[in-house]
Amino acid sequence: MTDTALLEVKNLSVNFGTGDDAVRAVKNVSFDIKRGETLAVVGESGSGKSVTALSILQLLPYPMANHPNGSIRFQGRELVGAPPRDLLDVRGNRISMIFQEPMTSLNPLHTIERQVNEVLILHKGLTRSAARKRTLELLEQVGIPEAATRLDAFPHQLSGGQRQRVMIAMALANEPDLLIADEPTTALDVTIQAQILKLLKTLQAKYGMALLFITHDLGIVAKMADRVCVMTKGLIVEQGPVAQVFDKPQHSYTQHLLSAEPKGRPAPVDPAAPEILALDDVKVHFPIKRGVLRRTVGYIKAVDGVSLTLREGHTIGLVGESGSGKTTLGLALLRLEGSKGGIQFDKQDLQALSQRELRPLRRQMQIVFQDPFSSLSPRMSVGEIVGEGLQVHRIGSEAERSRMIDQVLNEVGLDPAARERYPHEFSGGQRQRIAIARALVLKPRLIVLDEPTSALDMSVQAQIVDLLRDLQTRHKLAYLFISHDLKVVRALADEVLVLRHGKVVERGSAQQIFERPQTPYTQALIAAAFNLEAIGADKGAVAT
Amino acid sequence: MTPLNRRRLAAFRSSKRGMYSLAVFSVLFFLSLFAELLANDKPILIYYDGGFYSPMMRDYPETTFGGDFPTTTIYTDQEVQKLIEAKGWILWPPIPYSYNTVLKGEDRKALQPPSWRHPLGTDDQARDVLARLIYGFRISVLFGLALTLLSSIVGIVAGAIQGYFGGLTDLSIQRFMEIWSSMPTLYLLIILASFIQPGFWVLLGIMLLFSWMALVGLVRAEFLRGRNFDYVRAARALGMMDARIMFRHILPNAMTASLTYLPFILAGSVTTLTSLDFLGFGLPVGSPSLGELLLQGKNNLNAPWLAFTGFIIIALMLSLLVFIGEAVRDAFNPRKVLV
Repeated sequence: MTDTALLEVKNLSVNFGTGDDAVRAVKNVSFDIKRGETLAVVGESGSGKSVTALSILQLLPYPMANHPNGSIRFQGRELVGAPPRDLLDVRGNRISMIFQEPMTSLNPLHTIERQVNEVLILHKGLTRSAARKRTLELLEQVGIPEAATRLDAFPHQLSGGQRQRVMIAMALANEPDLLIADEPTTALDVTIQAQILKLLKTLQAKYGMALLFITHDLGIVAKMADRVCVMTKGLIVEQGPVAQVFDKPQHSYTQHLLSAEPKGRPAPVDPAAPEILALDDVKVHFPIKRGVLRRTVGYIKAVDGVSLTLREGHTIGLVGESGSGKTTLGLALLRLEGSKGGIQFDKQDLQALSQRELRPLRRQMQIVFQDPFSSLSPRMSVGEIVGEGLQVHRIGSEAERSRMIDQVLNEVGLDPAARERYPHEFSGGQRQRIAIARALVLKPRLIVLDEPTSALDMSVQAQIVDLLRDLQTRHKLAYLFISHDLKVVRALADEVLVLRHGKVVERGSAQQIFERPQTPYTQALIAAAFNLEAIGADKGAVAT
Repeated sequence: MTPLNRRRLAAFRSSKRGMYSLAVFSVLFFLSLFAELLANDKPILIYYDGGFYSPMMRDYPETTFGGDFPTTTIYTDQEVQKLIEAKGWILWPPIPYSYNTVLKGEDRKALQPPSWRHPLGTDDQARDVLARLIYGFRISVLFGLALTLLSSIVGIVAGAIQGYFGGLTDLSIQRFMEIWSSMPTLYLLIILASFIQPGFWVLLGIMLLFSWMALVGLVRAEFLRGRNFDYVRAARALGMMDARIMFRHILPNAMTASLTYLPFILAGSVTTLTSLDFLGFGLPVGSPSLGELLLQGKNNLNAPWLAFTGFIIIALMLSLLVFIGEAVRDAFNPRKVLV
């Protein structure tokens, strides 16, 4: 039995809608998975990888979605068009699935015990007490600390990593033959990602499961998979053993994907350049209010005493996991969030200025946000979005403004003809270019970049990093680069600050931080980011 | 037009009931706007002795037409009509009575049942009901439109300020609204009516004082949500003024939800004036109004055409508005699948 394929997908196509305007999401895809094997499906967003995974369990929105041709055979049983009764027997029993977003894939109204029990009672017919025993065992296996006390917890009482562990426990409850993991770590911090990957590996070995791993991250593929399928635009363009595909990629898309890692290092900078921004012990505390009179009983210290100096043309990388206060600090120094402590921009104390006095200074300090889909007003054309800053600061005449808009669009690599179009007509990377153009058109001296690459596909990330670096040298811009993605930070930053719980854990030149990290936290962060290793992290240094 | 709006228009068009209602309502409203040409006791045009006269535009003394008195001509007078027709002709509106024309001669009979001469009969002061209906419909719809427009503007501004600034501003306006909305509107109107004669504008003002709160909650919620959008933050980082951010960046988002509500608010506003008139606290005595027609129907149960006319026209008007509202709501619903 071990030689025959566990799952065999042949010539599978998925269309959404019918007739001529049907969207062909997946086109004639074939692959198979053997028992105990890990197959990774890798591709960028919109490549059809998730749709392929969902069609295995027939979880697509039928009949809007349909399969014009192809077959999916699991242990010799045809799943395409199988009667619902047969599918129910397979789902959650022989094949289980883990989803990307641990925040929404658990029911917020049920305790975790109830949610894991449900699977056991449904498929195995266990009694409530037997199910409880098995649930406890499973939670211990997936590494939930003090599992017995956690049985009655609700999902909101767990962290993101713990929630994903519960999802894995549910998926494993019936010892499935195949586990489909759809980007199971994308929403998690790097150190937790490393732990979850390690956990999946151990459990796979223990139960002898086959694993279908959907991801966009080539690092994870190299770490986890035996074989890999590369998907783009609904087609599998290349498949084979991981080593072979990575060493000798045949298809141009695979080569493009492999070379797309953000590369390069920042250009050397003048250490005596004039200071542009100085933070002195900046604090942002949010009061916690309780009781009828809303008395302040304590503070959430989002940013707790951060000092830094940024010089013209330099980049400071602000690194930390979610909740470390890095975005809050970025907003605080632009006075978009109230704060205490000294903020000096170009030798002027920003804290002493009123919003009105601050307005003329705003053109010199700009911000680019993480999500290019929410940072552009959907009802304004690109020309209006980029030109609005010029209008507000009354720069130039109508004709001059128009010329400046064209010029800046050219500079960020967009066709000036794009001015008349609306943001929804552009891809994520192009939208991020528009957001950069909006900041750049005012000729600022400082730009706060708040995770500008993390919502983008890998190959687009590399392009944006190149663009940012290029713009910096040309305009002597100072960047405050906020990111949790250490690879991107390494490609851009001269100096790095590691932030945790609002405090600076470690600071130093980029070289020093990446090559000789001093504190255990930074070491764990770097190991997790570059080698996907969880070191000393299960307890202590990094809380899951 | 953006693709989104095109899609919405297509969705609205695909709703047959909404389209027909809009068409019927528009025709009725458009016709009622020209009520003076449809029902009037002055002729549209007179040809007399080689010259044209338009009595609706200006007054002519009776002597113009060879009469005896230097006062404004009363065209309903048989003698005057004879004088003019001797040397020309008269073009009358289809209904030769205005809302306040008291019938004359042998026709002067209150509560006449419907006849060819008076298709909807006459009321208890011997006035033509059809003529009064046309004027009454117009004033009801105009009042409703004006009240809807003004209370939406006030409501959107108040909601925008609350949602955008939040904190203490939000809190104080909210508490103020709670107190304000518990004021008894009707008693206030009764008291006011005892020392001023409420006309169209006074009533509009008083009703506005209490009706602006309908949209506040909705707009406030949209602004609370919108002020944390990244593109709003980006606008603040660009150094934009608050007012500009509110109106250019957040308001368009709030408009969708508000627009959906408008037809229903309009239906509510139209009934407001009707109910005030019915109770006798509305427009001055003698004004044409649907509420007054209903009141007459109630007081003259032996003349059922009054009550029926009032009931049917109000039911028709409100149904049309609700159907239009439903079609608009569906058109703005992103989850609605086009068929």
